[in-house]
Amino acid sequence: MTEQQALFNYCLRLGDDALVQSYRLSEWCSNAPILEEDLALTNFALDMIGRAQALLSYAGAIEGKGRTDDDLAYKRGERQFYNHLITELPNGDFAFTIARLLFTSSYEFGFYTALQQSADATLAAIAAKTIKEIKYHLSHASEWAIRLGNGTEESHSRLQRAVNSLWMYTGELFETDELDVLLHSANIGIDNAQLHMGWKHQVESVLNEATIEIPKDEYMQTGSRKGIHTEYLGHILSEMQYLQRAYPEATW
Amino acid sequence: MATDSQLATWEVFIQSKPGANYIHAGSVHASDKQMALQNARDTYTRRGEGTSIWAVPTKEIAASNPDENDMFFDPANDKMYRMPTFYVMPEGAKAI
Repeated sequence: MTEQQALFNYCLRLGDDALVQSYRLSEWCSNAPILEEDLALTNFALDMIGRAQALLSYAGAIEGKGRTDDDLAYKRGERQFYNHLITELPNGDFAFTIARLLFTSSYEFGFYTALQQSADATLAAIAAKTIKEIKYHLSHASEWAIRLGNGTEESHSRLQRAVNSLWMYTGELFETDELDVLLHSANIGIDNAQLHMGWKHQVESVLNEATIEIPKDEYMQTGSRKGIHTEYLGHILSEMQYLQRAYPEATW
Repeated sequence: MATDSQLATWEVFIQSKPGANYIHAGSVHASDKQMALQNARDTYTRRGEGTSIWAVPTKEIAASNPDENDMFFDPANDKMYRMPTFYVMPEGAKAI
């Protein structure tokens, strides 16, 4: 694998994480428990669309075959998507969405903080812009987790259930494959394994305050680094890509 | 949705730039101060409207009673001499 290929794939991984999370959050539009939350979650979705756009445009530029951010979002199949599995799971209830946002934004906080030092100037600039948004996503998710955990018996048990069922999707966030090693040695990418302790500390401090029990690290799901996904990504893409598939090159 | 699940209301005041007055923007639902600030931020400052936010519990606001408007406000109506309109404005003075 050349460095160029690696960087292209790296940008797809990061861009797809943002794109798919954005899709899931946008599904809360008109469905959130209160109006304020409806605005907050869809606002986060817009933050992530911006991040996805920047990363997929850059991926297209690195590849050098004239593919735009839209081409990469709308004309790739499921096996060419590299978002983490945790991002594509259905929203579930509000507690599930909050627990997922807590896990992903805690991870992204560590990741993009480090990426600001990347030797790749574009990635460093994207990281510097997006880290402010991620800080807010993390704070929002943390505050809600603490309130749900200390709220009613119902809200507590829903959050506990969400944390339990999401836990096996968190291991994948810290996987390191040859692509990560290659880019990390070029000072472009991040050593994911090194982020694990910080993530654990962050998540545990919130869950402790929320009086939520932290699951044991047992079986962890994997696959997305190779483009192997849960059944849910296909459903997302069939809806997201419908227009481009049915009416290729449609514009308005 | 039942009203009892919507949490208490807070009044939101936004300052558009440092030094400017805080202006009432509207209200939000929240369970506490921290959440009130977050919800106010998400609801009213998404397009760069502000640099600072106050959130105040609606129930803590002392409001005048419209029935007492006569007593409260009418006496000010015919007292032109309380207006600073008889002064000549110094040239170059702004924001007075």
